[in-house]
Amino acid sequence: MSAFLSIRNLSVALIGGPRILRSVSLEVNEGEVHGLVGESGAGKSMIGKAILGILPRAIEIIEGDILLDGEDLLSLAPAERRRRIGAKAALIPQDPLTALNPSHRVGGQITDRLVDILGWSRADARTRALELLDEVHIPDPERVMTSYPHELSGGMRQRILIASAFAAEPRLIVADEPTTALDVTVQKQILRLIGEMQARHKTALLFVTHDLGVVSKVCQSLSVLYAGMIVEDTDIRSFFSAPSHAYSRALLAATPKYTDPQASLTPVPESVIEAVQAEVEAFEAEWRGG
Amino acid sequence: MLDGRAQIKRRAGWRLWLSGGWLGFLALAALLAPWISPQDPLAQDLFTSRLPPFWMDGAEPGYWLGSDSLGRDVLSRILYGARVALAVALIAGTATCLIGATLGIIAGYFRGWPDAVISRLVDIWMSFPPVLFAILLIAVLGTGLTSIIIAVVIIDWTRFARVIRAEAMTQGVMDYVASAQVAGRTRIGTMFTEILPNVLPTMVALLTLEMGIAVIVEAILSFVNLSISTDSPTWGGMIAEGRISIHQAWWVLVFPLVALFLTVLSFSQLGEGLKDRFDPVLR
Repeated sequence: MSAFLSIRNLSVALIGGPRILRSVSLEVNEGEVHGLVGESGAGKSMIGKAILGILPRAIEIIEGDILLDGEDLLSLAPAERRRRIGAKAALIPQDPLTALNPSHRVGGQITDRLVDILGWSRADARTRALELLDEVHIPDPERVMTSYPHELSGGMRQRILIASAFAAEPRLIVADEPTTALDVTVQKQILRLIGEMQARHKTALLFVTHDLGVVSKVCQSLSVLYAGMIVEDTDIRSFFSAPSHAYSRALLAATPKYTDPQASLTPVPESVIEAVQAEVEAFEAEWRGG
Repeated sequence: MLDGRAQIKRRAGWRLWLSGGWLGFLALAALLAPWISPQDPLAQDLFTSRLPPFWMDGAEPGYWLGSDSLGRDVLSRILYGARVALAVALIAGTATCLIGATLGIIAGYFRGWPDAVISRLVDIWMSFPPVLFAILLIAVLGTGLTSIIIAVVIIDWTRFARVIRAEAMTQGVMDYVASAQVAGRTRIGTMFTEILPNVLPTMVALLTLEMGIAVIVEAILSFVNLSISTDSPTWGGMIAEGRISIHQAWWVLVFPLVALFLTVLSFSQLGEGLKDRFDPVLR
């Protein structure tokens, strides 16, 4: 099976500063859910942003390729790149509270993009939006369409963002910690919903998270990131049965066990951190030398 | 579920009604000045000089708010002065807003070199003392309504540029801007659909504030006799003349001052009221 998204040797850096992603390579197949885990600051979100062309201003891509559906995005002119990404990929953002524009009604935020950018007719876009809102289990979609975002709860807004992400039938969705900003009861529903939508639409999903529990539920494969370097890239079964990297093993061991809530939490041991740190430094030195 | 905030209905607010009422009344009076003025605002008559307002002894009918030392009717002069004040407020305020806000949005959203250029320009601009700058400008441009409007715009666009830039920067890092980009909107398109609607409430509030400031600037310039030619009454000019005879005829100073005060206050209150109305989250 050929990869729908393939990243090769991608490095991004602060302009004139250190690397944030260190020669990252990963592949996501058509219809596959690929997890991207790591500590905060490891560069998980940066990968998603690089793919979608929304890196912050002070950060630039210094080497590597991003192939989306076989096309090298970085070799395209900006306008052309934007068009390709818009047609084939979408984003489910982290914080539903800031991800909908407070000045526009919800309906318009779903339909405008279909109409303005993909050239749908207003009526078609509206039908599609209602259909999607129904798919994400929003009661009374007609009324929600005419609501402003602040009139809806966080969970509702995240559902709307999910609907909006699937609206143009993208073939890849980057979900950037889509449940982190929600409270635990809602998290579970949203997670189930994303799984459900993904299965129905057969969309490839790059799932950025720091929660291995979430990964075990929704992903088929994953990459573990430490300080901008991929330390392990494997399928889900072998990761949970026999993780190959010491850092992965330590991460797994650090996950709280619901079966034994009284057990004390195991932190990632100092020695493991030092080892992986040394590995990153060696990798960095080699990259500079080469 | 619906968020409870949706149910809150804000009262229209007395400040919106009071300030809007005064400004509406003033605008109407200014428009109709030639027909409703009891006297010719320029007619001098030494027999009617320093007449007190209507409730005091020695008042004459037709001179409701008294007359000045040259016998000119204070009410009529205030009405004609309102025409100048409001014209400056509307035209200068709007022009300032358009120029300043455009530069501010560009600087705040695009950042990079446009921001560097605009921001440094603002820094330099704001280091001039504004009143001296205004007087200097009028000296160069010559007196007259157009000159005053140009002076206000040249001095005050920085206020908009500063505030709107900050606002646009805050909006620019929001996730919905990123989403719009992912969906394929151009940078310029994003600016109009995502940024502009969200800086609009601030723009409206600033605009009305600016109108009040324009009225003050006009008053200051006419106070120092740099406004319009002397044969057209202005509030600032009246205050300057009234100052001289304050002990004999306080009304010549006080009434235009009250008109000025109420107008500037109304503009700023109107802005606050409108901002609440425009803001979807507060609405």
